[in-house]
Amino acid sequence: MRVTFTVNGRPQEADDVWEGESLLYVLRERMGLPGSKNACEQGECGSCTVRLDGVPVCSCLVAAGQVQGRRVDTVEGLAGEDGELSAIQQAFVDAGAVQCGFCTPGLLVAADELLEHNPSPSDGDIREALSGNLCRCTGYEKILDAVRLAAARTGQGV
Amino acid sequence: MGITRTPTSLTQSSATRGGIGESTLRPDGTLKVTGEFAYSSDLWHEDMLWGYTLRSTVAHAAIVSIDTSEALATSGVYAVLTYDDLPTEVKHYGLEIRDTPVLAHGKVRHHGEPVALVAADHPETARRAAAKIRVEYDALPVITDEASATAPDAVLVHEGRDDHHIGHVPHPNIVHRQPIVRGDADRAAERADVVVSGEYVFGMQDQAFLGPESGLAVPAEDGGVDLYVATQWLHSDLRQIAPVLGLPERKVRMTLSGVGGAFGGREDLSMQIHGCLLALRTGKPVKIVYNRFESFFGHVHRHPARLWYEHGATRNGKLTHVRCRIVLDGGAYASASPAVVGNAASLSIGPYVVEDVDIEALALYTNNPPCGAMRGFGAVQACFAYEAQMDKVAAELGMDPVEFRQVNAMEQGTVMPTGQTVDSPAPVAELLRRVKSRPLPPERQWETTEGADVRALPGGLSNTTHGEGVVRGVGYAVGIKNVGFSEGFDDYSTARVRMQVINGEPVATVHTAMAEVGQGGVTVHAQIARSELGVTQVTIQPADTQVGSAGSTSASRQTYMTGGAVKNTCEAVREKVLDLGRRRFGSYHPAWATAELLLEGGKVVTDGGEALADIADVLEDDVVDLELEFRHRPTQAFDLRTGQGNGHVQYSFAAHRAVVEVDTELGLVKVVELACAQDVGKALNPLSVVGQIQGGTTQGLGVAVMEEIVVDPKTALVRNPSFTDYLIPTILDTPTIPVDVLELADEHAPYGLRGIGEAPTLSSTPAVLAAIRQATGLELNRTPVRPEHLTGS
Ligand code: FES
Ligand code: FES
Repeated sequence: MRVTFTVNGRPQEADDVWEGESLLYVLRERMGLPGSKNACEQGECGSCTVRLDGVPVCSCLVAAGQVQGRRVDTVEGLAGEDGELSAIQQAFVDAGAVQCGFCTPGLLVAADELLEHNPSPSDGDIREALSGNLCRCTGYEKILDAVRLAAARTGQGV
Repeated sequence: MGITRTPTSLTQSSATRGGIGESTLRPDGTLKVTGEFAYSSDLWHEDMLWGYTLRSTVAHAAIVSIDTSEALATSGVYAVLTYDDLPTEVKHYGLEIRDTPVLAHGKVRHHGEPVALVAADHPETARRAAAKIRVEYDALPVITDEASATAPDAVLVHEGRDDHHIGHVPHPNIVHRQPIVRGDADRAAERADVVVSGEYVFGMQDQAFLGPESGLAVPAEDGGVDLYVATQWLHSDLRQIAPVLGLPERKVRMTLSGVGGAFGGREDLSMQIHGCLLALRTGKPVKIVYNRFESFFGHVHRHPARLWYEHGATRNGKLTHVRCRIVLDGGAYASASPAVVGNAASLSIGPYVVEDVDIEALALYTNNPPCGAMRGFGAVQACFAYEAQMDKVAAELGMDPVEFRQVNAMEQGTVMPTGQTVDSPAPVAELLRRVKSRPLPPERQWETTEGADVRALPGGLSNTTHGEGVVRGVGYAVGIKNVGFSEGFDDYSTARVRMQVINGEPVATVHTAMAEVGQGGVTVHAQIARSELGVTQVTIQPADTQVGSAGSTSASRQTYMTGGAVKNTCEAVREKVLDLGRRRFGSYHPAWATAELLLEGGKVVTDGGEALADIADVLEDDVVDLELEFRHRPTQAFDLRTGQGNGHVQYSFAAHRAVVEVDTELGLVKVVELACAQDVGKALNPLSVVGQIQGGTTQGLGVAVMEEIVVDPKTALVRNPSFTDYLIPTILDTPTIPVDVLELADEHAPYGLRGIGEAPTLSSTPAVLAAIRQATGLELNRTPVRPEHLTGS
């Protein structure tokens, strides 16, 4: 089948998509957007998190056909057109929240969504919002630091 | 467009912050936050095929027949390979012992063993074709533990062993056995006022790195193959791959692709040979990516263990002796089992002074999943048991557990059970003091003005308690880990460093085969080059086999070893640059001949700070380019009977204090804080050091309260190969982890540094267990602790 939807503001289409193919597979293997990661393909790790019509979802659990005509935002769309990192991306780099980085794209999408509706989250809020995203390297401390840092910088209009 | 998502060089310019000791940011950080970093699962080649591995559904069985005809006839399938298709006489591989079949032959020895390979034009086609391969099995008795492995009539997991351990093991189902005898434990036991013994069980832990095993093999025109893969040690892979393919090593060109974590789980081969075989057979590029289910079968795990300990102490709190026996389950293939045994034995009594010991460690061959390297191997299992023992002895003596440890703590000059003298700082008592003196988190930390915050309580968002039935406990532990490869192994790393002028600026290029797996080696290499060569701009080339071996990214060794190699080569490059300077400018200033010269801020300067020339002017069009090897001081094998020998290069120490809250009714645990103090010798990058300590601590927490691969004791089948059933800590399960970094230089090591990656994984687990014991009063002799162990139901 053919699937068309908007990714990071641009219309995209894929042909010969199998019914069983996930949104994650289509993004990674058919649209040249492998930024969303494939750590489990079971809906348990959050590394494949994208926003579907604004709502964070595990793209490995979404059938590509379900996305027809809808809006998808991935990690590749977080930075500005000029390549300037968004506040949350810069904060992840600065805070040391990235080690192997395999969890990072999913965490960024989830954290970006959190800060959008809750610009100054408490630690409990951050933990709750990111509880579906596994990270095996960092012990999460620096991920918390990064979200706090992004919130603080955005709050100060930096 | 041919191939995409292959690794690129990382260039970082850092004028102000960028030398050693600074928290320089990762040169790959921007790529990783934009989604552009090229992981091995992102590799893509036009007209590539997808490989898939058919694995055994039983643990131990003879293979009666394999019928691939239906699979081969499937449209879209390009190749189906079994053992019979292997191209050379070399059909096995292994880290130390080549006992692992590339594809099963005659029998399978564990659940999930590779039996056949399929290449097809779509991953789903490959999977479905593999499902059409008919394998007929004839069940064999299943060996699952020490009793079944060493019974007189036990079936041998490997018949006809001829490896170098077979001569000294008591049974062919024992991979390796290492006793350590020092002093006279029997005599010393007579002096003991208290004797405490215990039996402990350590569950099978998985590395659970997030980036799945994956890679791309591209057949080359010269008959060789280009392999892009995520691994921990390119050259060790190469040594194992090339003979199976029947190719000289130079025709197997390996490049490290982005690695999504490793923790030991990528030390053994996974898809490497399989991908190459399919690529060479089909003449097309072949990509293999495991899904999580397959990943649980695609790499070795941490050895589960049974440990028996006896500790004696005098009334005034001095340990008299330790006897212990550590039985590790190595599973079906040897992997790193011999080294795990060596570590478990030599570090079995922990960082304490005990002169009279009687120690035995061994690893079994069974039909359980193969076990091998995982962060802290051998030392992790022992630490869990000896620290439980230390608490028990302290309780028996009526002593404070921290004080009891401090009374017995080793220090520089202490002699290990192996007879090796610890010849660099060993601040064990001080690390304990530091975690203990930290203020405790407030009682009832879950209380807010709006009531209980369930996220901070046991059970979390399941909302099982608002504080009723919740009790707190505090526990301590400390551990010792060796750094680098031990027991006489010729452990070295290679670094190539080039210095030249580009656009008027001196630039250093560093090329090593070091596997960056997330730890930040690339950051540190750039820092070292800046400090040694006085440049701001450094380019890190992708790791590949076009440069000499860097050894493994394991055993906490890479900053010491490949960091040491980069430092060493930079120093030689610097000498060449200074020689050029002396030739070009020596006659203009006497300091060229008389002063100690350094490279700093793009200039040649004297140790007095006087600038003599710009490096760019010294180099002009010359390129200084050197590749050198670096070795740590030699070690010795442990005597096979007594365990004596200077087996280790360096030791690393960390201590933890755990604060837990337990819902005693439901058996749920919330770790509230897990504080760590660690001696790192010298923090080359403090931000990364703390990140490593927090990550290692969290993996220790995982195996304390949730992580375990459950293997059916009757069938040896793995019951929980998924992140649904194998749980690793989430951000809600992980507490704050305050870290106290001590820097006591080891004069034998580059910059005085100490390998740091593993030590925090050791003491984290027993500290959590100790805290839960204190909260509940339960004995808890196994890890992980499950709710039923706490509620008794
Ligand atoms: S890959 Fe989708 S949740 Fe893990
Ligand atoms: S940084 Fe490796 S999984 Fe999070």
